[in-house]
Amino acid sequence: MENILNQIGIENYIFLSVLLFCIGVFGVLYRRNAIIVFMSIEIMLNAVNLLFVAFSTYWQDAKGEVFVFFSMAVAAAEVAVGLAILVAVFRNIGSVDISNLKNLKG
Amino acid sequence: MENSLVLLLLLTPFVGFLFNVFFGKKAGKNISGAIGTIAVVVSFAMSVYFFMQLNTSGKAIQVKLFDWIQLGNLKVDFGILLDQLSLLWLLFVTGIGSLIHLYSISYMHDDENMHKFFAYLNLFVFFMITLVVGSNLLVMFIGWEGVGLCSYLLIGFWYKNQDYNDAAKKAFIMNRIGDLGFLIGIFILASMCGSLDFIAMKTHFLSIYMNTPQNVFLTGIAALCLFIGATGKSAQLPLYTWLPDAMAGPTPVSALIHAATMVTAGIFMITRMNFLFDLTHDVQHIIAVVGAITALVAASIGLLQNDIKKVLAYSTVSQLGLMFLALGMGAYTVAVFHVITHAFFKACLFLGSGSVIHALHGEQDMRKMGGLRKVMPITFATMLISTLAIAGIFPFAGFWSKDEILMVAFEHNKVLWIVGSIASIMTAFYMFRLMYLTFFREFRGTEEQKHHLHESPSLITLPLIILAALATVGGLINLPGSNWLNHFLEPILATKHEHHALGSQEYMLMAIALTGAIIGIVWAYSKYIKQGFVPKEDSEISGFSKTIYNKYYVDEFYTSLIVKPLNGLSNFFRTTLEPALGKVVYGFGTVANGIGNQGKKLQTGSIGLYLFAFVIGLLAIVSYLFLAQ
Amino acid sequence: MSPILIIFYVLAAITLATAFLTIYSKNPIHSAIYLVLCFFSIAGHYLLFNAQFLAIVHVIVYSGAIMILFLFTIMLMNLNKEDEVHKPRITRLGAITTFILLSTALVLIFMYSKPFVGDYPTTGEDFQSIKKLGTVLLDDKEGFMVPFEFASILLLVAMIGAVLLSKKEKPTK
Repeated sequence: MENILNQIGIENYIFLSVLLFCIGVFGVLYRRNAIIVFMSIEIMLNAVNLLFVAFSTYWQDAKGEVFVFFSMAVAAAEVAVGLAILVAVFRNIGSVDISNLKNLKG
Repeated sequence: MENSLVLLLLLTPFVGFLFNVFFGKKAGKNISGAIGTIAVVVSFAMSVYFFMQLNTSGKAIQVKLFDWIQLGNLKVDFGILLDQLSLLWLLFVTGIGSLIHLYSISYMHDDENMHKFFAYLNLFVFFMITLVVGSNLLVMFIGWEGVGLCSYLLIGFWYKNQDYNDAAKKAFIMNRIGDLGFLIGIFILASMCGSLDFIAMKTHFLSIYMNTPQNVFLTGIAALCLFIGATGKSAQLPLYTWLPDAMAGPTPVSALIHAATMVTAGIFMITRMNFLFDLTHDVQHIIAVVGAITALVAASIGLLQNDIKKVLAYSTVSQLGLMFLALGMGAYTVAVFHVITHAFFKACLFLGSGSVIHALHGEQDMRKMGGLRKVMPITFATMLISTLAIAGIFPFAGFWSKDEILMVAFEHNKVLWIVGSIASIMTAFYMFRLMYLTFFREFRGTEEQKHHLHESPSLITLPLIILAALATVGGLINLPGSNWLNHFLEPILATKHEHHALGSQEYMLMAIALTGAIIGIVWAYSKYIKQGFVPKEDSEISGFSKTIYNKYYVDEFYTSLIVKPLNGLSNFFRTTLEPALGKVVYGFGTVANGIGNQGKKLQTGSIGLYLFAFVIGLLAIVSYLFLAQ
Repeated sequence: MSPILIIFYVLAAITLATAFLTIYSKNPIHSAIYLVLCFFSIAGHYLLFNAQFLAIVHVIVYSGAIMILFLFTIMLMNLNKEDEVHKPRITRLGAITTFILLSTALVLIFMYSKPFVGDYPTTGEDFQSIKKLGTVLLDDKEGFMVPFEFASILLLVAMIGAVLLSKKEKPTK
């Protein structure tokens, strides 16, 4: 089977995932709603996963895809715990606005 | 066999000490006292055994217990040397020690800490034996420090009285000054001879040093340092002030430690090291002068003291001064002779005064005594004998020994002889003043005390009788004709002390000394018996006698010379230096705190800001890694 | 322009647009919907690579499990309102600047880095069928057996942790 990258080019995927990652970063910095911040983190994770798969195809090696599996498992675990924490925070201070979370003030 | 007997001699008092420390309280007063006494009696028996053996064989016994220190070319064994000198000392230390232990059983019977008292006494005897039998200076130093410790413990035995504690501390610190000198002397000798063993050092000085003298100045310094050590332990000028204060301890302690045994350690040490002192004539001269001045000063202070034990204490200092006078003139056997006779009659006097104090329930002021002759006949008789002995009346022990010292002094230096003679006359005076005030005329105490007056029990009087007997006949060991002691000690001495035959000059000197003593006695008699003079109250004393009564203000002088500047310095450190240092240290804390307070403001707690910092940091790291390629 | 390239551009446009909208929409529910779309487009990318198994798993895990979690949380908190106060202008400017800087830096870095070789070798071997993946993942010699098991433990722990955290606390006394 022909390599798909012959038609698309690895650099396109690189630009795509860099842009996707930067959108995620932008979201983290721009929004105050903790849930949206969380979603931005998911976007960043997916950008990285996409690049993994692209390079897996580039090297014709399955290990990159295996790595994506593990990354997905970690993401699932992270989301489960993270959202539980958010629920707990919301229950305690009645908001998920990160500017209200100032307990770390020295 | 010999080894184990030596160990028996050395360790029985220590075993007694351990027993009394751990089981004394449970065992009860009688058993505790009995064990303590038996321990010393065993040591005495061993001493007698070795003495007999030495007399038959004539050879000194040397036992090496173990290797102790090996540093470079200096090697020190833990060895024991039983020769003529150490056996002589052992005999009277353990002998008088046994008597005083016996005496203490009765004397201390009312004290709640009697087992502790016996523990300390046993420990003292153990260290004293160590001091005497050590075969080198370092072992001797162990004993030297040990007896100092026991002296401290026993002076402060009634620790609930702060004055007594202060007296104990004073004795300890004064001794430390001397000990420092002793230690420096030891170091110098170790570096010079490469050994601290007495026999090895003697060989070194007598053969090597005599032929090719090196480091003459250093040798003199070593001898002087040893002498400083002796002035501390034997209460000579300028370190004598602790001994009168040491009378704070129980009277048996004063008799054993501060009259008969420990304070003679300095004389023992100088006699041991006679080969060194014979080579340093300047130091010998210093010793003689210091001894003579101490004898005179202490005797003159003794003239006006009213505390019965203080009189005896100054008398001790004065007699020790006479002994050092003899040492300074190279007459070691004469000094040893006086040490022995002095041990007999001074122990007897102290024990007798203890008996008096016991009868008066702790009263020590002679102004409140008097007339005790009839109620306490045994005490009176024994004390009278001892007083005659110390005053130098024919034929009691003190006469012979003191007379020999004065004779030697007359041969060497007339000025020293005059000083010594004056001190002897003063001795006769203040000792009979003590006797007259205590035992003659009528009782001056309270009515209640008068009712309780009684002769002491036999446990107290028995040692008194034995010691009085010894004080009577003690002179026999070195009568001018036989000179047994001189011959006995000959192997110890480096240079022979030639002895003159008794000529007209000697008889004249004896007559002068005797006349002087009688003048002192008559003087005291006319003042205190004929005129019935009783010393005035403290506040009424004036003029020169006030100076003497206050001991020439030596204590005050030391206070203003050393104690006050030291206190001032400490105060300066406490009030100025310590806060200053504290501020510096505290300043570090303040600075760190300030930095922390400023740095705290970085932690705003705003998560948005943290995220910004995080992303910018990431950016910086990635760019740096890229650009650094 | 090959059809595949056209498909890629369309998919990429959808991905970027929905990602941006996720962040931009004020209503969290809308954000979640856009995020689902974004994930679907990424699954499309995986299909383009012929990584079918990965695409399926991605849809199940992200679009299914994770998005459901998000939606539930939003509803639990009753946040489906546009009540978020905007950050101060300086923060927004900072965010935009950081975005531009970071993307420029990353693009530059990747452009000047190695993999721009141009020639893409094809071995013709099968490397990403489910069968092959299963072998690579669970082979007992060279596979990822142990990490795989650990991943399962991780998920278990995360589950327990989540339950514990979101459980209602008992009022003390």
